[in-house]
Amino acid sequence: MVTAAELLSTAAFTDGKYAQAFPSFGSERMGAPVMAFCRIDTQVIRTREAVTHPDVLIVQDPTLLHQVELFAGISLGGYILINSTFSVDDLGIGEVLKSMPSDHVCVVPASDIGVKHMKRPIANTPLLGAFAAMTRVIELASVQSAMRQKFHGSLGEANATAAKEGYDHVITYLDQERSDQHHARAN
Amino acid sequence: MRVQIEGSQAVAEAVVLCRPEVIAAYPISPQTHIVERLSRMVKQGDVGRCQYLNVESEFGALSVLIGASAAGARTYTATTSQGLLFMTEAVYNAAGLGLPIVMTIANRAVGAPINIWNDHSDSMALRDAGWIQLYAETNQEAADLHIQAFRLAEELSCPVMVCMDGYILTHAYEPIDLPDQAGVDAFLPAFSPVQVLDPSDPISIGAMVGPEAFTEVKYLAHRQHLRALTLVPEIAGAFEQQFHRGSGGLYAAYRMTDADTAVIALGSVIGTIKDTVDELRDEGIAAGCLKIGCYRPFPATQLRTALEGVSRVIVVEKDLAVGIGGIVSVDVRMALNGSPIPVHTVIAGLGGRSISTESLKQMVRDARAERLSEPHFLDLNVRVVDEELARRYEQRRAGPLAEQLIRAVNAIGTKVI
Repeated sequence: MVTAAELLSTAAFTDGKYAQAFPSFGSERMGAPVMAFCRIDTQVIRTREAVTHPDVLIVQDPTLLHQVELFAGISLGGYILINSTFSVDDLGIGEVLKSMPSDHVCVVPASDIGVKHMKRPIANTPLLGAFAAMTRVIELASVQSAMRQKFHGSLGEANATAAKEGYDHVITYLDQERSDQHHARAN
Repeated sequence: MRVQIEGSQAVAEAVVLCRPEVIAAYPISPQTHIVERLSRMVKQGDVGRCQYLNVESEFGALSVLIGASAAGARTYTATTSQGLLFMTEAVYNAAGLGLPIVMTIANRAVGAPINIWNDHSDSMALRDAGWIQLYAETNQEAADLHIQAFRLAEELSCPVMVCMDGYILTHAYEPIDLPDQAGVDAFLPAFSPVQVLDPSDPISIGAMVGPEAFTEVKYLAHRQHLRALTLVPEIAGAFEQQFHRGSGGLYAAYRMTDADTAVIALGSVIGTIKDTVDELRDEGIAAGCLKIGCYRPFPATQLRTALEGVSRVIVVEKDLAVGIGGIVSVDVRMALNGSPIPVHTVIAGLGGRSISTESLKQMVRDARAERLSEPHFLDLNVRVVDEELARRYEQRRAGPLAEQLIRAVNAIGTKVI
């Protein structure tokens, strides 16, 4: 999670933007809930206050969905990406998210994509690819370049490929949504 | 070279550019990333003939550096919180002996209750130990201050603490312009000690001094320390000339020219305060911000001049002197001695509590309406405090305070407050 925020900030930096990434540390043990934050701007970022109203929320561990008030601070018009193989309704959060436009909420099987490319359920990199596709705030190429900087050799390549698959997943989803809306209007 | 990098890594890189010869450290959060990186770089042979000593404690770390510095080596360590307090005796000795050691403080709260998050309780506890104290606003400044700190320390033969906010800076990734080696070599001359343990020319350092000369030794140390008030801006100027970037200095003013309310602070919260000042200006409130970059020696005269014309001063400080309130605000009041300008103390950000623009704006509005208590605790959870006070009034064996309050606010380890 902390690495995801770091990579996101590096990608934004590569795109010529200003970025500030930082973790929120709790008890440092494997499995404990962890949050990390990233601000991206076209101007110098001065503030150091906590992020309480994110524009984009990436949920890596869907088991947290019913433990913590994850969506309490999401800003109006914000985006949500969730790592899961289930749909929003199957996850039991359809009702909570019904006020959000459907093309602002996407479920990505990021852990599966991680296993496929990196032999481990690493959800970070597919989700960052998905972030690029959904928000258009950063370029996929910059996400991939950040991964190649962080992880050298074949691991970097595997991460870059996983990011591309996360990206493609969202593009397919968005195309489907647009097509559904088009048909809905046509009907 | 401009890179997106974690604050701790940037500081480690900056320290290496200064060609340290002995580094001794004991790991403690949130300082660990700095010393881990340094130990790796030394092991890889990236730091010349530098030796890295993995010591048994913080007391050991600074004691090693006292010896190494007295032998003429350029020395560095980093610590925080309980680690700094554990080395307290050596902290005083390093200053008393006039040894130009540079130490990063990754600012963190001091227990009990144990808390690993940021505030300034640690470095503030040792503000009068004889070290120069510089506080970084950003990671760029943290990196730059280390390069300035070695020059300052060695020119004065006085140790320097570079204080940077734990986690908020040490663990934040942001764009940083890392100086090149040639630039640092041109800016920072080789260490030329004023005293050195040399077997071919034996001396002793550390004599016992009785009442006949102790006052004079201390007086001269004070005089020497105060020279930093001239040197800090000079060195910041030389740094800007070399690297074309302003960093450091005794203080920095932001929108102070026509300000009626000045907010004074140290460290990374200055960034949030600048945003707050801009928003208040949009509301028509003439706020300004004054950053104290060098806290020891204290630039009293300079601050007094910078505060001329304001109607009130609010000191936002990440520390608490139990039994009196503020620490920095007491010094600011001394700087304004005889002046009618009221100084408010605001205790904020203790133990890592986020300081928000919203709360800072309300604080300024309250100060202007003369509604601030003294000292004022920003975002104090009054309900929980009142309930606990009532409970303690009714019950003699009320139990441990920390455990009770955790239950009362239903906090979990990772909750953002």
